Amino acid sequence: MMQWEPVIGLEVHVQLMTDSKLFSGAPIAYGAHANHQACPVSIALPGVLPVMNLEAARLAVRFGLAIGAKVEKRSVFERKNYFYPDLPKGYQISQYKHPVVSGGSLTIETGTGDRVIGITRAHLEEDAGKSVHENFHGMTGIDFNRAGTPLLEIVSEPDMRSAEEAVAYLKKLHALVRYFEVSDGNMQEGSFRCDANVSIRPKGNPELGTRTELKNINSFRFVEKAINFEIERQIDVLEDGGMIIQETRLYDSERDETRSMRSKEDAQDYRYFPDPDLPEMILDDEFIEEVRANLPELPNHRKSRYEQEFSLSPPVAEKLLRDRDTADFFERVCERSRSDPKTIANWINGELTALLNERNIEISDSPVDSDRFTALLDHMADKTLSGKMAKEVLMHLANDPSDVDAIIESKGFRQITDSSEIERVVGEVLDANAPQVRQYREGNQKVFGYLMGQVMKATDGKADPGQVNQILRNLLE
Amino acid sequence: MECRTALEHSRALKGKEYSSVELTRALLEHSQSCADLNAFITLTSEQALKQASHADRLIAKGEGGPLTGIPLVHKDLFCTKDVRTTCGSRILDNFISPYDATLVERLQQAGMVMLGKANMDEFAMGSSTENSYYGPTRNPWNHERVPGGSSGGSAAVVAARLAPVATGTDTGGSIRQPAALCGLSGIKPSYGRVSRYGMVAFASSLDQGGIMALTSEDCAYVLQAMSGFDEKDSTSINQPVPDYANSLSDSIAGKAVGLPKEFFTDGVDEEVAEAIRESISVLEGLGARMVEIDLPNSAAGIPCYYVLAPAEASSNLARFDGVRYGHRTFEYTDIIEMYEATRSEGFGPEVKRRLLIGAYVLSIGYFEAYYVKAQKLRRLIADDFSRAFEKCDVIVGPTTPTTAFPIGLKTDDPVQMYLNDVFTNSANLAGLPAMSIPAGFDRQGLPIGLHLIGKYLDETTILNVAHQYQLNTDWHQRIPEGYA
Repeated sequence: MMQWEPVIGLEVHVQLMTDSKLFSGAPIAYGAHANHQACPVSIALPGVLPVMNLEAARLAVRFGLAIGAKVEKRSVFERKNYFYPDLPKGYQISQYKHPVVSGGSLTIETGTGDRVIGITRAHLEEDAGKSVHENFHGMTGIDFNRAGTPLLEIVSEPDMRSAEEAVAYLKKLHALVRYFEVSDGNMQEGSFRCDANVSIRPKGNPELGTRTELKNINSFRFVEKAINFEIERQIDVLEDGGMIIQETRLYDSERDETRSMRSKEDAQDYRYFPDPDLPEMILDDEFIEEVRANLPELPNHRKSRYEQEFSLSPPVAEKLLRDRDTADFFERVCERSRSDPKTIANWINGELTALLNERNIEISDSPVDSDRFTALLDHMADKTLSGKMAKEVLMHLANDPSDVDAIIESKGFRQITDSSEIERVVGEVLDANAPQVRQYREGNQKVFGYLMGQVMKATDGKADPGQVNQILRNLLE
Repeated sequence: MECRTALEHSRALKGKEYSSVELTRALLEHSQSCADLNAFITLTSEQALKQASHADRLIAKGEGGPLTGIPLVHKDLFCTKDVRTTCGSRILDNFISPYDATLVERLQQAGMVMLGKANMDEFAMGSSTENSYYGPTRNPWNHERVPGGSSGGSAAVVAARLAPVATGTDTGGSIRQPAALCGLSGIKPSYGRVSRYGMVAFASSLDQGGIMALTSEDCAYVLQAMSGFDEKDSTSINQPVPDYANSLSDSIAGKAVGLPKEFFTDGVDEEVAEAIRESISVLEGLGARMVEIDLPNSAAGIPCYYVLAPAEASSNLARFDGVRYGHRTFEYTDIIEMYEATRSEGFGPEVKRRLLIGAYVLSIGYFEAYYVKAQKLRRLIADDFSRAFEKCDVIVGPTTPTTAFPIGLKTDDPVQMYLNDVFTNSANLAGLPAMSIPAGFDRQGLPIGLHLIGKYLDETTILNVAHQYQLNTDWHQRIPEGYA
């Protein structure tokens, strides 16, 4: 049996977090009434002209710097000409031969280790409007609110070898554009859209097979399903002696299949040429350096810092860096807390994350802010609270805005750390369990745990387990 | 009163000789009586009288500038709020812009009074104003002749003294050629000097708004008011505009006038050539120094222009698709049919020809051979001028090879029609300021134009030379018979 290797490249359209459109001052807020954000430029009235939104350039540069790409000082807007009712000018302004960003990469973690996925280019372009078919009695309405919205199209190399890798890349990219505040990444609102180029080839063959382009895959789950469906379809075609046709295929999530939309023969000639209404986009060093200076610390840099400075293991550091707010939260707590950074990281990744997941909220909306979280962990460090108690206090904090001390007092959470008190309880437990004490002294180490449990039980779990351990051991020997 | 220049009117208005309302009313009446010229697509009498009375109030308060209360006509491809803007095309027959072009806004702020919108070749494509959905405009010097184009309506308006000034646009000669054929002064400033916002695009990298008037002095004043950076046009130049009027009276003694031998060829009508030679002696008489120069690539101008301008037009005019505004065909079964029928009905034959040429030269497989090559030629043509201007301050020659030709003569021969631009389009390709001023008449009494090309951003010198020439000649004061 032939072994097939899938080859996947992704094109992602990311909506930039600007206030206004790429070439006009019209706002781009989501959900506005149809055509209420359609200025004369948006609907391409006669005589109007595009004016570049510098903020979009700034975000594109930020993205380029974030993926270690080359930021091109000179990029060129061109016209992509085609007729479509939701394309008001009859052309889309897009960067074609000279994109603003070229040659970067993202590293993804896979089952077999890290893989570097190349990013060929990222270019600025404007979005089209939207055709609306409901409520028009057999006719089509067009909403131009979206027309002119700034997009960054991010094109990867065909470096992915499975649907899982494609999803890992997308998730990484999604986290990155959010981390750098390039885009809100909102997939429901279409701020993060993906097309996939998929081909297969016999394993070991360096030549690329004929690819198909999958459109309309706008969730991580659909990306995986659509690519897997397409890989299987292509294998079936080739193993039946058929040929793959270069074409665009639409993913139908309801039927979980891809369908042919148009073949290469129908491909349009877009008659690209430089837009004479827009000068070349020249970004000087000052502009690029200003963007660089305002860049948040790169996630990879931050990750190795966490590993070295705080001795965190790579997976723990990675988890803290899943978004910028979580990492910032961690650093705020570290700065102020007496607790060990490992404990802080584990508590954020463990208890706090569980709490947030349960409520389906982001860390920025956490009911326990970094101050109260710091106080909680500090009470654990000074042994006021045991780990178990701290978990309970956290649950109280989640529902009660009082400070940590007040909750400890009112709920009676206080660890017994007085050694004479503990010695007294240990003495009582040893008296009451003479057979186990004998067994221990005869060499049965296992009963130690039982005796520990009895002490903790006798103190309602409030005794400091470390002290109990030590005192118990002393008294037994 | 109607035959005066803008500045003469300005003095009369300030001297209370007559009011702007009186002047406006007289010109509107005159325009109605000259309907046979077909110079207007739309007359805006009501708005004009309102603007005039507003101007009169300003003048009465002593607040008016040099152009306050002066009537003008706009070429009908400048968007005007609440007044239809047709571009001479059926496809925009019913189009009313919700905004004013920057140029329109600026001239209105200067106090000028809009009398109406002038006829033109459809979307500025043509050299005779025969390509208008609203029919051809006639030349006031001879009704059987074309006024030139594409700003032929504007030229006819000023030549017939229906308004002292009219705006135009010049993509390959569309201000200068009709100015020459109608005996007017017309200037196309440097590319980027005047905002293109609200000026319906034909070929974006070549289009430039400008002005036609009876004198270069009037040109200087109106150009001053409409020039300058506009943040709505990314190709407008962010440079201060010199005070043009200030330099008009400078002596031109010692100025180096470049004479490109390529502009004095056999292709030029002998009577035109003779008039240009005489003009050159006038300039010499004023102390200017003649310098022979070379523009070796100027023969490439026409082919270069007729690749680039249609290429840009094919894309610029794609927005006229019947979806959002303008003409839409009445019956169709799907969107493709709607597009095809709308555009087939909406555009005239010359526009269609250029859209097809444009789409062709941008297509895969032809793009390199045509568009890219034309861009290289454009660079060579611009370099020729840079070299020439190391030796001279201004370049002169004939504006057109012939005087106004008969209506219908060249309509079936596009190449002959295109050759009208042979001397003018290189200034557009190089982005240079250029103007045409009256320099004589042929034996049939048709005007001849002297072409002046200046250095980039140096409108001052050509206006200065033109004004000095006009102080010493009277060609610009001649009035066509029946319009005095």
